[in-house]
Amino acid sequence: MKVFWAELSRDLLLAYRRKGDLLNPLLFFVMVLALFPLGVSPAPDFLSQLAPGVLWVAALLAALLSLDNLFKSDFEDGTLEQLLLSSESTYPIALAKALVHWLTTGLPLALLAPLLAVMLFLPSHAIPTLVVSLLIGTPTLSLIGAIASALTVGLKKGGVLISLLVIPLYIPVLIFGASAVQNATQHLPVQAYLAILGSMLALSIVLAPFAIAASLRVSVSS
Amino acid sequence: MAALLLNITDLYCERDDRVLFEDLSFTLNSGQILQLVGKNGSGKTSLLRILCGLYHAYEGSVKFLGHEIDEDRDSFHRSLTYIGHHVSVKAGLTTQENLRWYAKIHPQLDVQRIESALASVGLAGYEDVVCQNLSAGQKRRVNLARLFMLPSTAFANSLWILDEPFTAIDVQGVAELENKILEYSRAGGAVILTTHQALQISENVSQLNLDNWGT
Repeated sequence: MKVFWAELSRDLLLAYRRKGDLLNPLLFFVMVLALFPLGVSPAPDFLSQLAPGVLWVAALLAALLSLDNLFKSDFEDGTLEQLLLSSESTYPIALAKALVHWLTTGLPLALLAPLLAVMLFLPSHAIPTLVVSLLIGTPTLSLIGAIASALTVGLKKGGVLISLLVIPLYIPVLIFGASAVQNATQHLPVQAYLAILGSMLALSIVLAPFAIAASLRVSVSS
Repeated sequence: MAALLLNITDLYCERDDRVLFEDLSFTLNSGQILQLVGKNGSGKTSLLRILCGLYHAYEGSVKFLGHEIDEDRDSFHRSLTYIGHHVSVKAGLTTQENLRWYAKIHPQLDVQRIESALASVGLAGYEDVVCQNLSAGQKRRVNLARLFMLPSTAFANSLWILDEPFTAIDVQGVAELENKILEYSRAGGAVILTTHQALQISENVSQLNLDNWGT
């Protein structure tokens, strides 16, 4: 538990001291959603139909964007190998890393989403579902993404490989997340979709940190 | 009296189709200082990383206090301090924040000793300086301060693995570090280090030349 807080507070402090990097995924999210109506059609009917899918795809890609740097600086300055030499378990360390990624991308994206949803004419009664689905769905994206990031951290150009590894695993989250919002726009029940997103999150919280830690050992060992 | 800390038998490692060493066997007792020597590329760093449990592409056995290091990783890592050739210091944190983080992930280090450790490596007054504003040698010193944070009660039967610890350190710093190494080994700690400089201390020091073990 102590290592979990140590790692969490250190990485949040580092993120806070480099605020520019924090803005990147958010800016990407806003840009995509601001430009989309300009490129396609500004008609409210058309936009409100597409809004659930577009919001979710943009959030997913924004989360993907910052994965490359998750372990990079720790790998380069050698603190990653010191982490792996800790006599404490690596599970909480890996979990803390993924949580930091979520706190700096997924959470702000979910909080910003209502504003952009209004811009895309998403019916207002669907906005709570949008926020909740993003709050449950994006941590899963961070956890799965951290595995790929850990696997590729030792490679010179890991960025492309991360996308290839991660996109197929992101698809179920995207489908259930976007479907929940779609259903909400039509006043249909959404609990089942949210429950599935929740179960995917529970599964990845339990299993992903093991995979992240093992991947880090492989990357450091090369 | 001296306990057998590390027992390495029939170690074989190759890299890029070049055999770094084969049938390499040696032991390390508590209180011993082992200096690895060899040409650049002779496998010194690879050997140190194998001994830490960071590098796994090898054959043979590495036992710490009778247990394979991969089997009982946690208790081995509790006894180990590794200074690699990386700076191992976060540029965005202050010296104190860096060491406090180390004390949390390596519980054998004493958080109360941060100030005195920084003073011992000549960085008194730099507690709240962000590391990116320090010189290369000073950053190395922050990393080396970890050696001074280990309480002397934890010296016995513990291990320091130091990869080029004297890089970018001035003459006086090297002398102080060598004294620390000597103090540590007298209290029962064992040290493996690589350096291209001649050591000023000679007590308990032995050498292993890796040039003789590869092809």
